[in-house]
Amino acid sequence: MTKLFATTALVAALAMPAYAVQPAEGETLAETQTYTYWLLDAIKSLDPGKNTDVEGSDVLRQLFEGLMNENAEGEMIPGVAESYEVSEDGLTYTFNLRDANWSNGEPVTAEDFVYGWQRVVTPAFASEYAWYIELMNVANATQVIAGEMEPSELGVRAVDDKTLEVTLSEPTPYFINTLSLATTYPVPRALVEELGDAWIQPQNIVGNGAYTLASHNLGVEIVMQKNPEYWDAENVVMETVRGVTVNDNNVALTRYQAGELDRVQIPAGQFPRLEAEFPDQATSVPYGCSYAYVFNLSEKGPEVLKDQRVREAMALSLNRDVIVDQILQGGQRPAYTWTHWAINGFAAPEGGMQDMTQDERVERARELLAEAGYGPDNPVRLQLQYNTDENHRLLAIAAQQFWRPLGIEIELNNVEWAVHTDRLQNQDFEMARYAWCADYNEASTFLDWFRTDGYNSGKWSNAEYDQILAEAATAEDTEPLYRRAEEILDAEVPAVWVYHYAKVDMINESIKGLPTENLRNTWYAKDLYRVAE
Amino acid sequence: MFAFILRRLAVAVPTLLLLIVFSFVLMSLAPGGPFTGERALPPAVLANLEAQYGLNDPLWLQIWNYLVSIVVHFDFGPSFVYPDRTVNQLIAAGFPVTLTYGGLAFVAAVVVGVALGVAAAIWHNTWLDYLAVGISIGAQVLPNFVMAPLLVLVFTLWYRVLPGGGWSFNDPSFWIMPVIALSTSYMASIARITRSSMLEVLGSNHIRTARAKGMPESRVIIRHALKPAMLPVISYLGPVFVSMITGSVVIDIYFSTGGIGKAFVDSALNRDYAVMMGVTILIGTLTILFNLLVDVLYAWIDPKIRY
Amino acid sequence: MVIDQTKMQSLSARLVQDEVKGRSPWADARKRFFRNKAAMFGLTILVLVTLFAALGGQFAAWSGEELDFSVMGRVAELGAPSLANGHYFGTDNLGRDLFARVVQGTQISLMVGIVGAAIAVIVGTLYGATAGYVGGRTDQIMMRAVDILMSIPYMFVLILLLVMFGRSMSMLFLGIGLISWLDMSRIVRGQTLSLKNREFIEAARATGVSSFRIIIRHIVPNLLGVVAVYATLLVPLMILTESFISFLGLGVQEPLTSWGALISEGAGTMNYGTLWQLAFPLFFFVITLFGFFFVGDGLRDALDPKER
Repeated sequence: MTKLFATTALVAALAMPAYAVQPAEGETLAETQTYTYWLLDAIKSLDPGKNTDVEGSDVLRQLFEGLMNENAEGEMIPGVAESYEVSEDGLTYTFNLRDANWSNGEPVTAEDFVYGWQRVVTPAFASEYAWYIELMNVANATQVIAGEMEPSELGVRAVDDKTLEVTLSEPTPYFINTLSLATTYPVPRALVEELGDAWIQPQNIVGNGAYTLASHNLGVEIVMQKNPEYWDAENVVMETVRGVTVNDNNVALTRYQAGELDRVQIPAGQFPRLEAEFPDQATSVPYGCSYAYVFNLSEKGPEVLKDQRVREAMALSLNRDVIVDQILQGGQRPAYTWTHWAINGFAAPEGGMQDMTQDERVERARELLAEAGYGPDNPVRLQLQYNTDENHRLLAIAAQQFWRPLGIEIELNNVEWAVHTDRLQNQDFEMARYAWCADYNEASTFLDWFRTDGYNSGKWSNAEYDQILAEAATAEDTEPLYRRAEEILDAEVPAVWVYHYAKVDMINESIKGLPTENLRNTWYAKDLYRVAE
Repeated sequence: MFAFILRRLAVAVPTLLLLIVFSFVLMSLAPGGPFTGERALPPAVLANLEAQYGLNDPLWLQIWNYLVSIVVHFDFGPSFVYPDRTVNQLIAAGFPVTLTYGGLAFVAAVVVGVALGVAAAIWHNTWLDYLAVGISIGAQVLPNFVMAPLLVLVFTLWYRVLPGGGWSFNDPSFWIMPVIALSTSYMASIARITRSSMLEVLGSNHIRTARAKGMPESRVIIRHALKPAMLPVISYLGPVFVSMITGSVVIDIYFSTGGIGKAFVDSALNRDYAVMMGVTILIGTLTILFNLLVDVLYAWIDPKIRY
Repeated sequence: MVIDQTKMQSLSARLVQDEVKGRSPWADARKRFFRNKAAMFGLTILVLVTLFAALGGQFAAWSGEELDFSVMGRVAELGAPSLANGHYFGTDNLGRDLFARVVQGTQISLMVGIVGAAIAVIVGTLYGATAGYVGGRTDQIMMRAVDILMSIPYMFVLILLLVMFGRSMSMLFLGIGLISWLDMSRIVRGQTLSLKNREFIEAARATGVSSFRIIIRHIVPNLLGVVAVYATLLVPLMILTESFISFLGLGVQEPLTSWGALISEGAGTMNYGTLWQLAFPLFFFVITLFGFFFVGDGLRDALDPKER
């Protein structure tokens, strides 16, 4: 009954007008509506089915539009889907699509979505993001990916041109939240079948988003122009969007200050200085990722880490306040839970280490280590692995220094990304730096990581924990369950939580409409506008 | 001479082959593959990907298939990391950029370096000489990863006269900083070499003879001294070329020019086998050809050398 | 930044010639070297830098690994060079003492340079001497192999090696050393060819001394002049190579550091009011490279005097 009520509420929300920006009172629009933002690297792919990274998603979100969009608070609002209904068992979603066109003037149909989704799971297409359709629990996804079923058997079908029906394998509370990611975007079937892989070349590409591709110079810049065929084009103010690649963050900041960019990330430690100098431009908003040092508790892991007291001592004695206030200095928060503090409907367990002072924590850590038989005379020796990155480097050095006085000698082991992930996946590490970013705004996106069959590189396992998460998938009130899960993590310490991310950027003050409360920083250029200075 | 060129070209083939096999084996031994991502891929998806790119085949077969596709189709295969593009496309996009700023930097280094060196030699032991030597010694050892961000700071932020990065074939203002950052240290080395070899030549007997005959000094220098003084510079050009390619990595990173230097480093770090092999072969070939060119040039200037 | 090969060949030819004439080039050379102002200046610098690397640690008020929490987080305001708080060269972004780190960076960079150059010189000398002494078909094959290896873009191979075998000091030494032995081997081979038929070698051969022994005992010592000059000029090249590798993030592991690592860290933050982080390591880097150039050039000119 509650389920049905929830559904009704969602439909009601959908009946509201689509989000459209308008300049506020007293603001004058600038004559040239251009937004130039920073890309750290080249855009790897413009194919929605093949995209794997955040920078690619940022571009695809402008060139294509999925069933749902996100508003500035990260809530789901209608995209191509005008409204939807959920069956009573929570397994069937029916979407009613609006009249929208591709940039070549052809109508966007339910068939284009079916084609796009089937394409992602087709074994021959070999998408790295096929797992996402599995995460959405679309019926038969797993079997299709494994090659045991035909792609046509995937649980998605076009009832008619404007009606899309999705069947899930189990009720999935977060299903709607997954629909704003590029992997779920429609693909212009006719064009792809005509041109094959070449449809994605800059001269051929066709999208249904608010912008079309004007030019793409790989690793230099990508330029997008307002799409006149977009269904809501009359409310789109920003005319041109440019993503400019600068491979070095410090140089990017220099170029921002020279007026070449409208938005750039602030390098670690520079936020206080820039905020004092440019209070209208330096921003810091919560960003849904958590940073941790994961212990390898598998058989391959070091014996000393199997002792819970050692793990707890390490968690206690890591001085998180120094890390966030004196190293990162950008509004990040010390982490005492795996789930990011700003996640919807999540409340951290009370008590524990966050109520202690750092001195008390260190004191307790010494006791625990002494109990376990370790100390400065008989130090614990461990290797900490991190991938090449300035921030990871700074934090690892600091961690080494925090632990040393207690008799925990850390050897730092910096490897490049490919090696880091490979070793994580094969349990060839002792302790490793890791961060997880929310796929959707709910605690399970974090907590699932530590399930016995989750990504869980350290191979920690707890039956009660698995049980609680299974319950949470269909529970009415998930808050106590998630709190209990965090309590278990807190007690068993499969990792040291370090900090919760913030997005720390310089943003040109004449650019308006960028989201500040969206945990994943999902932004739409169609919501932006530039005011005259 | 002709036979010499042919013989050198004949050596190029086994060289490239060696390079290909060596790099291929090295890559396949490295931990992690092109599809090692933050989230471990489900085995089924990974199997699909590996099958599609032929990574399941034994190593010798992969190398063989690779060689066949290069020789027969001139096809370097698809990129693993940039699935929209083939290696041929990536190189076609990046190489002209590297060639443009690299070529300009090379010419600038040689022309300015030689001019500076000759001037310093002619006005030996004057303030000009000291200045030239001082500058060139300093410039020679300033790493270009210090020079590049410094240039951006000065010309983009402080004086606002040049774009801080990016690339356009139509707008030379994008070329200036890459060329300066890349050429300065070689310019300095060439100036030093030219200076000392020019001094040596100017002190030699045949120049004394020419002067004794009453030939004007400018004519002595241009007609008689310059050519022999260039020999050490020319033998230095091969190594300059190679290290400029290395230096282009720094240029690509700081100026976001989209050249192939960064493409190589990225491909090695991301295990993008195909791109890495493509760039390695391209650079290997260029190195061989350039060294050959230098040798021919050398023989042309100094007919005493016989091959 | 490459060694002037023409001059090396001229030097090598000269040394062999002197040998033929039967007089040692060393006594004259020493005199010429000590008269060369630039070379003496370079030598002084090198001695001072070496002393700094060896003894600097004694004077450091902080270890290079300790974090100074009173400075950390406000490095631009509080981390500047100061005698009062013992950070003579200021601190890095984590509040670590830059003086101690520059000392350590100097040790490591010098070590990389010297060990790398030593590897290059040893491999190059042995290879070239063997090829030249054995001669014939072996020589041809060995030198053709050098031709082939010459065309390989070494920096790329080095990057691959570091990526593949992981980052370690020994890999760095080896990789950097293996880059530069080729030129050395060519020069040594040429010189060996002209030494080979000399009487003392023939005499040794006649008394049944093994080839290996002849190479080690009789050929190599006569190559010393070339080797010394070459090694001196190689060290700065090795140091430069290491700095590039560090810039790519493939250099030595934290908390160890090198000039390259310190300079690239400092270069990143040059606009944030912490210029000393760039200035100090860069200063030592630059003067040391100068020192080696001056000394190398001076040695060469001393051994191979030209009329000026």
